[in-house]
Amino acid sequence: MNWLLDLTPDEWNAVRLSIKVATVAMLASLPPGIMIALLLARAKFWGKTLLNGLVHLPLILPPVVTGYLLLLTFGKRGPAGAFLAEHFGIVFSFRWTGAALACGVMGFPLMVRAIRLSIEAVDRRMEAAAGTLGANPLWVFATITLPLILPGLIAGAILSFAKAMGEFGATITFVSNIPNETQTLPSAIYTFTQVPGGDEGALRLTLVSIVISMAALVASEVLARRVGRRMDIE
Amino acid sequence: MTVLVDISHRLGDFSLDVRFESAGRLTALFGPSGSGKTTLINMIAGLIRPGKGRIEADGRVLVDTGAGIFVPKHKRRIGMVFQDARLFPHMSVAGNLRYGRWFTPAAERYADMDAVVELLGIGPLLDRRPAKLSGGERQRVAIGRALLASPRLLLMDEPLASLDEARKAEILPYIERLRDETKIPIVYVSHSVAEVARLASDVVMLAQGNVIASGPTEAVMQRLDLLPAEERGEGGAVLDTRVLRHDETFGMTVLGSAAGEIRVPRLGAPAGAPVRIRIRARDVMIATEQPAGLSALNILPGTIVAISPGEGPAVDVSIDCHGAIVLARITEQSQHALKLRLGGHVFAVIKTVSFDRANTGAGLPAEADG
Repeated sequence: MNWLLDLTPDEWNAVRLSIKVATVAMLASLPPGIMIALLLARAKFWGKTLLNGLVHLPLILPPVVTGYLLLLTFGKRGPAGAFLAEHFGIVFSFRWTGAALACGVMGFPLMVRAIRLSIEAVDRRMEAAAGTLGANPLWVFATITLPLILPGLIAGAILSFAKAMGEFGATITFVSNIPNETQTLPSAIYTFTQVPGGDEGALRLTLVSIVISMAALVASEVLARRVGRRMDIE
Repeated sequence: MTVLVDISHRLGDFSLDVRFESAGRLTALFGPSGSGKTTLINMIAGLIRPGKGRIEADGRVLVDTGAGIFVPKHKRRIGMVFQDARLFPHMSVAGNLRYGRWFTPAAERYADMDAVVELLGIGPLLDRRPAKLSGGERQRVAIGRALLASPRLLLMDEPLASLDEARKAEILPYIERLRDETKIPIVYVSHSVAEVARLASDVVMLAQGNVIASGPTEAVMQRLDLLPAEERGEGGAVLDTRVLRHDETFGMTVLGSAAGEIRVPRLGAPAGAPVRIRIRARDVMIATEQPAGLSALNILPGTIVAISPGEGPAVDVSIDCHGAIVLARITEQSQHALKLRLGGHVFAVIKTVSFDRANTGAGLPAEADG
């Protein structure tokens, strides 16, 4: 049984990289995710349907297409990619940061959906009450809205993390499959299945995948329950 | 402290055209549902923007559509107690109470946590979560939360409407203490004659988006014809009296009023304390001679000053009893049988047991400043 737990250094790297990519993708998506969810849930503006469609696009398009579009936009010669590299020194193509971007984009619709639903469920009369007590809109958001949507935020974040752990098509199209740089768990498993005698490694990483996903799920359950108990929603 | 409202507002078919000014300790906005009173109080709080008009509180202009002034709700320093309490579910009672303090400039913080907790009797609740409170407790915490933001004006939107009779009776004394022991003027929305007669120093009566009467409570409440149909039976004279003495033998309290002594079931208030009573017009009988052999204990001599048609077979008779007006609702048949006419000398007869908790409450202290 030992071979099951004994990961090679390359495999460990893939695990570590995957967790790093998924965590960064999740954290970086949160602020824009909350903003877009707020806009979609509450603002009235021209082009709202368009924005909604745009956000959901990665959910509908084949991942390869999303990856290719990212390559066109954020690649070395892409408009956004060239601009960011020149002015901020941020390079996406064939780096782990690109993998995080691809994972973040793929998980974004799931995150926005979860947060938007929780924002729509907030009792706006609570916010009005906070206003009459002297809180300006920013304070109302920080002290009332944000705590009330916490369960939705947690759900959205975990969904985004889980999606990032499993993302394959867009990542491999955008940043390829470079060991120690862009080779995440799914890419590593895919690579193992392509070489003779790779079954053992593929199985090991599959088990690791299952463990991490289950851990994330349990963590979100525990967190959500704690928040729920604290809140005692009537 | 005066509140001035002069607005017109259109919402679909409904139009609100209201002008009133009040300097009372507790001004009641009174009217049936759909009369626009909640919309009005939301405008004073800054939750609704009036289509046109002007709102002032304490000389400060809050809204003036002509001049383009609209002070946002968080800068008005006007406390609001909502019908549904609206306590923040993610904070403890203490957290809810402290919320408004944060946002009050230190120099303008006059409310004291301990004093408010004591006033409302919410000490034992501080560590609890809002979901674990009863309706009455929730409403008391909501009042405390509004007070602790040190507001210049306190608005209460039907704070008792969602409570049962027992809970109402539990909270009413706290609102009376609030009115008598703090200096914050209160605007109170209600559709209940009992609440308004008991609490208000001034009344603005609304119907279908218009003011139909306004002034001191005793005067406005005499307009039985203006009361909403479902509340008409509750209408009657409002008298401010004082406890003269208690009659322990029979469990009664004797109140002194301009109209004479009035016996009511034993009250808790000490001798000398102000008590306000509402004498329902339908509880008053009229006799043309001093009655004898009658069980009713309160017989007030007076002069008929007005007779107006009531609903159905009824007429409303106003009797001036040494300066205090007592209203009696009798049948037109009795009016003819007794040959009642203006200026006639009569006796108003009221049973002691017609007084209960709903129509006797603490009176406004005489020295209360407007």
